[in-house]
Amino acid sequence: MEQIVVNGLYLGAQYALIALGLTLIFALMNVLNFAHGQMYVLGGYMTYLVYGKLGMPFALGLAVSALTLLAVGAVVEKFLFRPVLRKSARDESSMLLAAGLAFFFDSIILLLFGQKQHGVPKIIEGVQNWGDFTVVIPNDKIVVGVCTVLMIAAFIIFMQYTKPGRAMRALAQDRTAAQLMGVSADRYGMLGFALGAMLAGLAGGLLVATTGVSSGIGGSISIKAFLMVMIGGAGVVPGAIAGGFILGMMESFGLSYLRAYGDITYLVIFASLMVFLSIRPHGLMGKPWG
Amino acid sequence: MQNIKKLALAFGVASTLSLGLAPVANAAETLKIGFVGVTSGAKAGWGISNVRCMQTRAKWVNDEGGIKIGDTTYNIEIVTWDTQDNTTRAKEGMEKMVQEGIHYVIGPNTDPTAAAVRPVAERDGVMYFPYAFPKELYTKPASNAVLGMIANYQSGPAIYKYLKENKGVKSIAFLAANESDALSQREGGIQAAKALGLKVLAQDAYQSDTRDFAPAVTPIVKLKPDLLVLSGVAGGTAPLIIRAARELGYTGLMSAETAQDAMQLKDGAGDLANGFISVGGASTPEIRSAMMEEFIRRYTEDHGQYDDESNTKVYAMEYILETLKANPKAINDVEEFKKTMDTLSVPNPYMKGDRKLEYVGLTSFGQKRQVGIPMVVTEYQDGEFQTLFVTNVD
Repeated sequence: MEQIVVNGLYLGAQYALIALGLTLIFALMNVLNFAHGQMYVLGGYMTYLVYGKLGMPFALGLAVSALTLLAVGAVVEKFLFRPVLRKSARDESSMLLAAGLAFFFDSIILLLFGQKQHGVPKIIEGVQNWGDFTVVIPNDKIVVGVCTVLMIAAFIIFMQYTKPGRAMRALAQDRTAAQLMGVSADRYGMLGFALGAMLAGLAGGLLVATTGVSSGIGGSISIKAFLMVMIGGAGVVPGAIAGGFILGMMESFGLSYLRAYGDITYLVIFASLMVFLSIRPHGLMGKPWG
Repeated sequence: MQNIKKLALAFGVASTLSLGLAPVANAAETLKIGFVGVTSGAKAGWGISNVRCMQTRAKWVNDEGGIKIGDTTYNIEIVTWDTQDNTTRAKEGMEKMVQEGIHYVIGPNTDPTAAAVRPVAERDGVMYFPYAFPKELYTKPASNAVLGMIANYQSGPAIYKYLKENKGVKSIAFLAANESDALSQREGGIQAAKALGLKVLAQDAYQSDTRDFAPAVTPIVKLKPDLLVLSGVAGGTAPLIIRAARELGYTGLMSAETAQDAMQLKDGAGDLANGFISVGGASTPEIRSAMMEEFIRRYTEDHGQYDDESNTKVYAMEYILETLKANPKAINDVEEFKKTMDTLSVPNPYMKGDRKLEYVGLTSFGQKRQVGIPMVVTEYQDGEFQTLFVTNVD
């Protein structure tokens, strides 16, 4: 039981970090960023290059992932999403752009890094074993878990207590009112998109330490991130965090307790989500955030 | 002036015609061979190794002036189609091959996509070489599909028997992705294990997009099976499962009935992957010929890195070319190809000694609908595969 809870918490923290960037972009721009998973993968490869291939410190790899995706996010917002959103009021336009971007990133990543799964040397060796295998957790997972929680906390503090954070929250709550109060939608829209991409890149960079990275996984990561965002409520930061932990726990408990009934774990999880969303379509915390 | 213009025009036309026609008169014919398989997404590695094998071999043949089939010399052109592991795309791909006049196709790489292309291949006269295991593709009345590798129901029993007799394995657990290929391979493995008298402790599944395997592996580790089989596991996933199981304290044996990649195991699981047993590529260093060494060199030069899976995947196109050389009428008639399959026996260029290229599959399918390659079972140790034993199908 203890191991199942630990597995669920760790998985949930990973999921929450992945979903944060997606929900931020959705809240600010009402854009479903289908390329979020590919940005995660790109971040993973940056850390892989710096730490795994060049042998430089892991923290430097994370910083390179963060900065690269920050720049990618800013460029994508300024030169792709902003013109499209300005010219078209239809949601499909931005969705198509995001889907195209996902395919583009997939192809570029495949060309640059090949199709193979890549891993990196362990950031820290050893395993913590409590109570004679009652709870086992590798040290690298502890480090990654702690970093994940710290990053989530830093993000929440940034959004709550800094001027750009407040500006972005204002834009998310009421774009027109925020603009009338002098908030630059262009500047903070770009910052928000860049931050969302950076969070995806950081998640990819951090998790490359425990799960490696592979060019073909972007699409499935995006889908899972959407799932978490929908559970918590689209555009709500605490909702994405809650969604991540709920999904993590459901997987961990389901895989241990439903296995006796055959391969129904994911069937039960997805059926439960369908029922939940039919009862509460806006998710746990709904929109807007605050 | 008018005459000069006419003269110039005539000269231009004549030059264009001579430039256009002269090479055609001297050039070799083109033999198109198709690939319909997955080259994007999580399973991209399976199809990409196919495509790279085909491209490397085709370039090699063309560099040497083409391949002589009957009285005609052909240059080989590879036409590829990414199924994206989607059945509709796979069917579209096979239809495209038909439109291109292609009769020989390598792929698809998964059970559902292989089943999806079957009606088109049978209707329009295409022989295809899937890397998918459903027996109905290869047993009568089907006759157009040729299995391009060793199936899990052929390798599984051999591996379990070896481990039972040599490593004292008595109990076994199965873990597969929750998708048709892997689940059907898991089912085949369970039947084989039961037939050998092994106790099946678990038959679990995980979502195919899983990256952290601790939750999926935890219940199996608690059961302490002697052997954990990763049914139908993709090359990129195996190291993640191995790492999770070992870190959670699993000390038993682990195996897969699919080919794996040493570099990915080393990268993803490091020393934790030592002892992992899998079906190796069919041309391990101990048995490969100088021609295979040259193939690996060319492949690495063209594509930057080599895939161990390509040790097996190099064979499908060689079988197609050798069968066509043996019966040139088959170039546009797959019925002729099928007749030749029953009798083909030519030296295997990729192996040492006097091994032959011969179609097999009589025992498993009742007809020769499988490329004959050695079944090499390997054990991973410190970054490379070591051969445990070599045997043959049929």
